[in-house]
Amino acid sequence: MIHTFEMFDKYIALDVNSGCVHELDKLSYDVLNFLDVKGLDPEDDEALFKTIGEFKREYDSEDIAEVIEDLAELKRNDMLWAEDDFEYNDDLKKNAPVKAMCLHISHDCNLRCKYCFADEGQYHSGCRELMSAETGKRAMDYLVRNSGSRRNLEVDFFGGEPLMNFEAVKEIVSYARELERQYDKVFRFTITTNGILLDDDKLEFINREMGNIVLSIDGRKEVNDRVRCRADGTGSYDSIVPIFQKTAQSRGQDNYYVRGTFTRYNLDFSKDVLHLADLGFKQISVEPVVSGEETDYSLREEDLPRIFDEYETLVREYVARKKEGRGFNFFHFMIDLDEGPCIIKRVSGCGCGCEYIAVAPNGDVYPCHQFVGSEEYKMGSIYDECELDRDLRNKFAACNIYSKPDCRDCFAKFFCSGGCVANACLINGSINKPHKLSCEMMRKRVECSLYAKAALAE
Amino acid sequence: MKRIKTLNSASLKKSACKGGCGECQTSCQSACKTSCTVANQKCENEDR
Repeated sequence: MIHTFEMFDKYIALDVNSGCVHELDKLSYDVLNFLDVKGLDPEDDEALFKTIGEFKREYDSEDIAEVIEDLAELKRNDMLWAEDDFEYNDDLKKNAPVKAMCLHISHDCNLRCKYCFADEGQYHSGCRELMSAETGKRAMDYLVRNSGSRRNLEVDFFGGEPLMNFEAVKEIVSYARELERQYDKVFRFTITTNGILLDDDKLEFINREMGNIVLSIDGRKEVNDRVRCRADGTGSYDSIVPIFQKTAQSRGQDNYYVRGTFTRYNLDFSKDVLHLADLGFKQISVEPVVSGEETDYSLREEDLPRIFDEYETLVREYVARKKEGRGFNFFHFMIDLDEGPCIIKRVSGCGCGCEYIAVAPNGDVYPCHQFVGSEEYKMGSIYDECELDRDLRNKFAACNIYSKPDCRDCFAKFFCSGGCVANACLINGSINKPHKLSCEMMRKRVECSLYAKAALAE
Repeated sequence: MKRIKTLNSASLKKSACKGGCGECQTSCQSACKTSCTVANQKCENEDR
């Protein structure tokens, strides 16, 4: 399968099954598209004959012949029209150990963000609740016990707002460090915070113990404060920017993300990403809002052309700033074409419900943070002696790009690995039916990422 | 090839040989909590 596209001054082809990316001139781009659409093999004489017939008014015959020979060579080397022979990898999650855990340390929050999928911290439970240090420690035991031969274990302190329960965080981290020594494991901690309670003491602990910190901010002050506000309606921007800047600097501008959400309120979100870059942040992620029901901030299909334009505006500036030596990383444009994840990971996806689980404050286990509070998806409890719900686990383990009909013919399938399972469920009621709007945006981001690779390779 | 510049090698098939160790980061633990991007994760297979 081949995907071709034009962006600005570039003609680009992605050979989906080999992962090869080619930058072409106009002639080779036209010839490649012609052969692909007509189903012609560049190694056959028929291809040469028909292509010259098609393009003889625009291009010189010798040039066409040269291009066809180049395309044939790439095909022989499995760099174009490579076969998809990865389907045998589709049951690899079946007995996968647990390696990552989202620990819901606080089902309470000191902000009332309007789009919060976590129901402003309560996760549709109707009550605010903090996880006890004891439950957190039991969760660490559970993770080690179920991690098999996996050495690197990941724990994300999540909420609500995790800093509202920071003493428990410290106790759990300390306990996990003991387990590391005992069982020869490596714990990698992440914490996701809105920053309201972040201070020097907490930052010192986080910098010492956490491999990553995710700092929630949406961009420009007016954009952030419209949705990320306190119970009294006041915005968070002025309180969090200075401590976020300090955090980024204290971590050497690495191993953190400022992470925002864009909604229908700020379809000009490229300005928010660039605003964050102008504030000095080098690691930035701004993602589209996802909402189960339509609200005035929900993204709609009719917004897609505008959103695509914004991604293009963003990637152009992203490339320009990199070339000027003042670049920043944008999470969704970061693709490692040579050293990225193996095909097995790309087929398997995020691993939620088997390799990755979420633990609620009371110890209940769910497939991921977005399922927490949904009784239908409760898999068990870390306090149960018995194993997690086998039917649910098997259902998630069997979910991969080959279990999703919509992914089969999608050029982005080895980049997004079938998309977010929770979004699919929330919007379409099935883990195997990806959210169409998210897919459209993903495909655009992949094109922008490949364009950036080509532009920066000059 | 003067008209075609290839930016990377055909790495996907090769990655299957020693792939699947599972030591790499879970995508949602990095920054995305509501979307999914897997291809920007780093491979952490020491035997690669």
